[in-house]
Amino acid sequence: MSLELYLDLFSQPCRSVYIFAKKNNIPFEFKNISLLTGEHYEEEFGKISMIRKVPAMRDGDFCLTESIAIMLYMVQKFKTPDFWYPADLQHRARVDEYLSWQHMAIRMHGSKMFWLRLLIPKVMGVEVPQEKLDAALEDLNGSLKLIEEKFLQDRPFIAGDHMSLADLVAIVEIIQPVGAGLDVFEGRPKLSAWRDRVEAAIGKELFDDAHHAILGAQESVKMMDPSKMQLFKPKILKLFM
Amino acid sequence: MRLLCILSRLIQRLLNQIQSTITKIYVLPIPVYPLRLTARRGGVLSRRRITGEDGRHRGRVVEAKHLQPSDPDVMELYLDLHSQPCRSVFLFAKAVGIPFEFKLVDLAAGQQYSEEFGKISIMRKVPVMKDGSFILTESVAILKYLAQKHSSSVADHWYPAELKQRACVNEYLSWQHMNLRTHGSKVFLLRALYPVIMGSEVPKEKMDAAIEDLNQSLNLLEEKFLQKKPFIVGEKISLADLVAVVEIMQPVGTGLDVFEGRPKLIAWRERVKKEIGEKLFDEAHEAIMKVTSLPQKMKSNSDLEMLIPKFRKIFS
Repeated sequence: MSLELYLDLFSQPCRSVYIFAKKNNIPFEFKNISLLTGEHYEEEFGKISMIRKVPAMRDGDFCLTESIAIMLYMVQKFKTPDFWYPADLQHRARVDEYLSWQHMAIRMHGSKMFWLRLLIPKVMGVEVPQEKLDAALEDLNGSLKLIEEKFLQDRPFIAGDHMSLADLVAIVEIIQPVGAGLDVFEGRPKLSAWRDRVEAAIGKELFDDAHHAILGAQESVKMMDPSKMQLFKPKILKLFM
Repeated sequence: MRLLCILSRLIQRLLNQIQSTITKIYVLPIPVYPLRLTARRGGVLSRRRITGEDGRHRGRVVEAKHLQPSDPDVMELYLDLHSQPCRSVFLFAKAVGIPFEFKLVDLAAGQQYSEEFGKISIMRKVPVMKDGSFILTESVAILKYLAQKHSSSVADHWYPAELKQRACVNEYLSWQHMNLRTHGSKVFLLRALYPVIMGSEVPKEKMDAAIEDLNQSLNLLEEKFLQKKPFIVGEKISLADLVAVVEIMQPVGTGLDVFEGRPKLIAWRERVKKEIGEKLFDEAHEAIMKVTSLPQKMKSNSDLEMLIPKFRKIFS
C-alpha cells in the first residue's frame, strides 16, 4: 500500500514534498486539495488533519503534517541517498539549521509577497499600499541576503558539495514571489547560479512540473472569481491589513 | 588500580562534604571512561554519581583538573535565559548531563551586537553552540545535534530512533515556529515591551487578538499534539515537550497565567517539570519570571535604539 500525499502545488511545502517523493521514486497517491476553492475545509480532509493545512501524509493509519517532518519520515523509511539528509552530524546539523531558520524568514517573507502582490488585490479588490509592499520587499531582501551570506557563502549548496533537503526547501520558497511576478534572482548572480545547480540536481522536467502552477499564478488568479474567494478575507484582514 | 579506587572514594567523601562550595560542576555522560585511561590523562581527581531530587540518575560529577573554562574540548553555549530557545537548549544539556560552558549574551544590554559575538554568529541571535570549531545556530538544530552526538548516553525517548515517534517529534518541532512560538512571543513582547517602545499602553484589540492566537495554539497543543497522552510522543518526554514548555512560560513570565482553566495542560507541565527536575526547571526560568525589570534595563541602553524599528514593525 502506497503513501497518500495531500497536496496543492500552489503551496511551497507541498512542492518540496512532491519533488522529494518523485525524485526518490517513492510510490504515492497524489490527492489534490485545492486551497483556492477551500477544499482543505472539507470534512474528509479534516479526518486526515485537524490543522487543515497541506501538505499532509497518510501512510496506512499514520497521518503526518508539516513538510519537514514528512520528508524526514520518507528519508528514514525509504532510506534515500545520504546527501538529502547526511548521516555525518555536522553536515546534518547544517541542514537542520536551515530548515529551522527558514520558517520565520524566507518562508514568511516569500509567502507575504505572494499574498500582497496577487491574492489580496484579487480578493479585496484594492491594491496594497506602497509602503506595505516596500516593507515586505525589504524583509524578503533581508532573508535572501542571509541565504547568500550565511547559508550558502562560497559553497555550491547549503550543506556543502551536494544538494540536500535544505536546498529543496529553500528553492520552493524562493519561487513563490517569482510566481507573483517578482524576479528575485535579478541582480543576484550567486543565487541564480545556485538555483541553476538545484534545478539541474532535481532535473529540469520534475522542477518545471512542480512549479508549473505557481509560475502560471498571475494568469490563473486573474481568471478567478473573487466572490468565490471570500473565505480568505478573515485571514487577509488579520494578517496583512 | 585498587589504590586508585580507594583514593577516589576518599576524595568522593571529601567532595560530598564540601559539595555546596563547588560552583562549577562538570557533569559527564555515562559511560565514564575506564579509570586507567583517565588516570593517564592525569586530569581526573574523582567521579561520583549524582541523582536528582526525584531520585533519578542524572549523570556523574567529575572533578577534573584539566576541564577549565577555556578548555577547547568543552562545548560553549551562548545563551540568555530570557530567550525561550536558550532555555530549551540549557535544560536539555543540563538534564542529560552534557558538559558545557555557559557564555552569557545579555540581550537587554545589546551584547548580541558586540563585535565579539558577531564573530560567533552573523545572525546575532541566541542560542549559539560552539563545539570545538563547529558553530551552530537554531535551537532545534542544536538540540537534535546534541541528542544524536551523545546518543550513547542520552536516553532514546528524547529523540526516538523509531520512525513514527521521531516523526511526531519532528512534526511538533516544525509546527511550533509559526504557532506557539510566534504567538507566545508576541503576547510576551506586547505585555513586557510595548509601553516602553511605543510610549503608550497596548491597544485592547491588539492584545485581545494576540491572546486569541495564543489560545488557538494552546488548543492545538492539547487537542492535536497531546490528546490523551502523557507527553507529545506518548509515554515519555521528548525534545518536543521541552521546546513546548519553554515557549508557554514566556507569556507566563509577564504575569499572564495561560495555564488557568487548562487542567490537562497543567498536568502535562507538572509531568515535564518532574522529568527535567523541578529545581533545574526553576533555575532556567528564574530570569523570565522576573521580567518586569527588563524594560528599565533596555530603556537605558542606547545600543538598543536600532531595535525600536524592529519592534514597531512587530507591534504594528
